[in-house]
Amino acid sequence: MITVKDLHKSFGDLEVLKGINAEVKEQEVVCVIGPSGSGKSTFLRCLNLLEDITSGHVYINGEDLSDPTTDINKLRAEVGMVFQHFNLFPHRTVLENITLAPKKVKGLSASEANDIGIALLKKVGLSEKADDYPDSLSGGQKQRVAIARALAMNPKVMLFDEPTSALDPELVGEVLQVMKDLAQEGMTMIVVTHEMGFAREMGDRVIFMDEGSIQEEGEPNQIFGDPQNERTQAFLSKIL
Amino acid sequence: MLDTILESPYIDSLPFLFDGLKMTVLITFSGLFFGFILGAIVGIARLSKSKFIRSISIVYIEIVRGTPILVQVLFIYYGLTEDLIGISINELTAAIVAITINAAAYIAEIVRGAVYSIEKGQSEAGRSLGLTENDTMRYIIWPQAFKRMIPPLGNQFVISLKDTSLFSVIAVGELLYMGKQYYNVTYEIFETLLMVCILYLLITIPTSLYLRRLERKLDV
Repeated sequence: MITVKDLHKSFGDLEVLKGINAEVKEQEVVCVIGPSGSGKSTFLRCLNLLEDITSGHVYINGEDLSDPTTDINKLRAEVGMVFQHFNLFPHRTVLENITLAPKKVKGLSASEANDIGIALLKKVGLSEKADDYPDSLSGGQKQRVAIARALAMNPKVMLFDEPTSALDPELVGEVLQVMKDLAQEGMTMIVVTHEMGFAREMGDRVIFMDEGSIQEEGEPNQIFGDPQNERTQAFLSKIL
Repeated sequence: MLDTILESPYIDSLPFLFDGLKMTVLITFSGLFFGFILGAIVGIARLSKSKFIRSISIVYIEIVRGTPILVQVLFIYYGLTEDLIGISINELTAAIVAITINAAAYIAEIVRGAVYSIEKGQSEAGRSLGLTENDTMRYIIWPQAFKRMIPPLGNQFVISLKDTSLFSVIAVGELLYMGKQYYNVTYEIFETLLMVCILYLLITIPTSLYLRRLERKLDV
């Protein structure tokens, strides 16, 4: 469903991604781990063109992101994204955060969009917060709303960019639970994370990145139990 | 005691000065109204992707901010209209045009600063949901940016209000001009100018206090 071919990304003279090749199948949960500065967030952001691609190709359902004739807005609508810092719209209520894109992008009526929004809030356990503003929510609640907002577009794949890194430790669990539910429903997910427990438990595959390249990838048991690459070993020994 | 106050030169000048104050407020409000429209256009141009449009905006801002408003109003009133084109516009029009052009340059920077101050994550969130660039600006960035513009716009109001006093040089009947007319006849210079100051403060201080409260309420 997602194919990445020789993806390069540079910021000025700094090459952040040095030729990434990867494949993500439908319903697969792929966790991307690695030290900070390894390029894992940039890699994720290239998958919906929040960073433009310096060279190489990213295909989503066969459509080439680097092809200028591709309708990027349409593609983005099919790729949900959850950010480290939530990025909720502070001037809109929780429900409005969720219904904005379905209304403006898909042209749903207010009542159709509200039905979707209310159902999603129930799913993430925040029904009673529909009319509150994001500022009044805890970090964990904000992130759950952000997930609901992305899901409202009915995406084919969800990208998570360190979704629990900005949270207080006691709030991490509630967000991971929502992500686990999502994974069990068969959502295709790419998760950049420092939560090794989640990667081990939920990941179908783990990708270890360092210095702009994929150093090693495999099933969680292999990566965590028997890492082959020296850098993977060094990284895991530091954090586990 | 009451008689001496009521008959004092302070009170006597008031009806005259009030006319000036009304003119000052009229110039400021009209100037800022048009200045906001022009300033928003220049500010949006300043944010444009086109280098050409951006350059025009920058040139405008730099010229206006780099020259004194006193020179600008003389230029508009005497230089541009009377001398160059050979038509004369009335002094009130010249005053309003001068405030408009001057405030627009500062308001353009306020608009730009407010839009820039919205975290990048906001537009990324909008774009990642499939919203177009225009919709992202319209539904996500502008509503938040507008809120942040209110305090600096209030500040600009106070600045422009005080700037109108410079227009006494083109004999527009604003507060300072009326004060001068009054003391030229009565020679009560100290008393008149003190009242002029108090009348300015009567507008600027409540505005500042209100702005401070508003800032706290808007939490910006």
